[in-house]
Amino acid sequence: MPTASPASIAAALEAVGYLPDDHIAQVVFLAERLDKPILVEGPAGVGKTELAKALASVHGRRLIRLQCYEGLDEAKTLYEWNYRKQLLRIQADAHTDWSELAGDIFSEEFLLTRPLLEAIRSTDPVVLLIDEIDRVEMETEALMLEVLSEFQVSIPELGTIEASSRPMVLLTSNNTRELSEALKRRCLFLHIDYPSIERETAILVARVPELPRVLAESMARIVASIRSEPIRKPPSISESLDWARTLIALGIDQLDEAAVTETLHVLLKYQADVDKVAAVLAKS
Amino acid sequence: MLRILTGFVEELRAVGIPVSMVETIDAARGIEYVDLGSRSALRAVLGSTLVKNARHYSAFEAAFEAYFSAVGPRAGSVEDQARSEDARVLLAGLSGAAGLSGGGDGDDASDLVSALLRALQDRDQALLQAVVRASVDRLAAIEPGRPVGGAYYLYRVMRRLELEKVGAELTDVAARDATSSLERRLVSEEIERRLTEFRQMLRSEIRKRLVADRGPQAVARTLRRPLVEDIDLMAATRDQLVEAERVVHQLSRRLATRLSQRRQQHNRGRLDIRRTIRASLSTGGVPVDPRFRRPRPGRPEIVLLCDISGSVATFARFTMQIVYAIAAQFSRVRSFAFIDGMDEVTSFFGPGTDFPTAMRRIGAEAEVVWLDGHSDYGNAFATFRDRFLEDAVTTRTTVIVTGDARSNYHDANVEALRDISRSARALFWLNPEQQRYWDTGDSIMGAYSPWCDEVSEVRNLRQLERFVEKVSIPTTRPIRPIA
Repeated sequence: MPTASPASIAAALEAVGYLPDDHIAQVVFLAERLDKPILVEGPAGVGKTELAKALASVHGRRLIRLQCYEGLDEAKTLYEWNYRKQLLRIQADAHTDWSELAGDIFSEEFLLTRPLLEAIRSTDPVVLLIDEIDRVEMETEALMLEVLSEFQVSIPELGTIEASSRPMVLLTSNNTRELSEALKRRCLFLHIDYPSIERETAILVARVPELPRVLAESMARIVASIRSEPIRKPPSISESLDWARTLIALGIDQLDEAAVTETLHVLLKYQADVDKVAAVLAKS
Repeated sequence: MLRILTGFVEELRAVGIPVSMVETIDAARGIEYVDLGSRSALRAVLGSTLVKNARHYSAFEAAFEAYFSAVGPRAGSVEDQARSEDARVLLAGLSGAAGLSGGGDGDDASDLVSALLRALQDRDQALLQAVVRASVDRLAAIEPGRPVGGAYYLYRVMRRLELEKVGAELTDVAARDATSSLERRLVSEEIERRLTEFRQMLRSEIRKRLVADRGPQAVARTLRRPLVEDIDLMAATRDQLVEAERVVHQLSRRLATRLSQRRQQHNRGRLDIRRTIRASLSTGGVPVDPRFRRPRPGRPEIVLLCDISGSVATFARFTMQIVYAIAAQFSRVRSFAFIDGMDEVTSFFGPGTDFPTAMRRIGAEAEVVWLDGHSDYGNAFATFRDRFLEDAVTTRTTVIVTGDARSNYHDANVEALRDISRSARALFWLNPEQQRYWDTGDSIMGAYSPWCDEVSEVRNLRQLERFVEKVSIPTTRPIRPIA
């Protein structure tokens, strides 16, 4: 059931704890209307995967997740025949006629479904999340095209399996390589960047309820300031959340240079970055 | 609407953003679902359907401004004039209340300045909008029909409003309440952000007027900016270099991923019988899952010779940055820098090197200057041959020279390059200058090119990336002419 307007999507997402900005809500709304997958891109830790989870819970759908990695192939994305079981079947019935057997061992009983096929065969509509698609090779990416545009999977021995319900598809990418034009054409593109100070404050307050609003706001401003420095790995939302929890655990409710410098290692993942930011803080 | 859309798509294509037919149709279908009065909704639809690369967003934004800034009442229409009138009333009321002189006369901007201060301090968006409109009305003095992008008008308005002073004043006021230096820093950043926002508003207001005057196509054409990978590195502005800087990092990481993947794909070697049989045990001795050996391919050795004199220093740095980012693809990378002397600079780079800092250190610490600090390719190559050649270059080495071959009329010393070239497997020369300027003035590219396996004009990041990718594939030794 598509939602009525971008505003109502935003409200629904907020209700499950994901605070979208206007652009995100607009694109999600459009994707539902046009029935197209969304390709979500952006720096690590800005809530790309989180968006898919939130959408699943908004629509009350099951989330099927395919985590991509180098070397992922069709046997792990679509389906695979259960060779061991087939062998057992053949050995157990060594005297049966082959033609009878052949029909038997290529039946659904011996089919191992993998995430993509599972998303399509599911009778209830699902949310399909293809995570970090930029990690797979071009060939595997091409394989996903059939699923993404036609919502069907062809299995030579069984024929074409069509979707009984249209899954809602999200793909995420960290942009470590250029995706193929064919894939991009089929998707709506959504670039999620680091949030504005207002939105980050809201996220911090929503996710860490015991955090005072004033503290959240000054945290958001400091994080934004750190992100503007030329460092290797700018802190992401998940790191600011960790930072919020750290501050609460330490009982810090007022941020000054000393407090920030002491807890910097929660925000930054490289010693070089920590040194650099500490130097900037000391200088100001 | 459809006509505007096709015009817009054409504009995007003219900038170099690939937009397919299907994507245009998607955009057209998407537009049906949104409120056309809302710029942000329209931007979301067009952005998500037509632009599939975050790097292309700034070009998209510029075109969008030109084509759709007219969303809402058209500049010059009755409704629009009513808004200008509203702004005037709002401002007049304000200056009356504050007891300030002036209001409508063209020359004095002090009432606008004080209104601006007030708006920025109270974060009053309506007042800010009024200030923007009134300032453009009164201070920009837009001349109809002139084919400009509006930068000059923006400059004129900002000078009259004395934005720097406004910023300083705001900072002073805010800093009074700040208790710590951290607080002060955050406050001044906040003010900087608000000023940037104001500048942005001014810019789009001016563009809106320009579009009303000359139509979107003409304005889009004057606003057109090259995509970051097409920026000419030798002629880039500072902003463009900053942008290129950001992209070079992504670019090299992507290149590294692609190269390592390609290596693995192509290396399905001979059948590994032992491991295949071992794997077949779990399927009752039927070799269902054949295993293969992975041959180890030769990785080329790279020697970089970079001219780091002023004019081509940036280019040298980008080359080094990309080559070092994919250093894992090479068995060894050694780098040398020269101006009129040559010195090894490999030790300045390691994992996590900050390249701008490293380049500064090289300028200060390495012996790259021999006499007067003007490029002398002949002497630099001779120094390399005498001091480093035997040690650094073998038949497995690919030598890459970067520079414009402008040697300030010094002796070319072609023999030195010839000797380097003969000992190496291949020698490539990257010249960041336009090819038509080669061999003009003090450029001696022509003298060196017979000893290079390839001389490439590499002026932007796209070409640089393509070149580095090519070098990383081991090639067979090319046949050289015997001299």
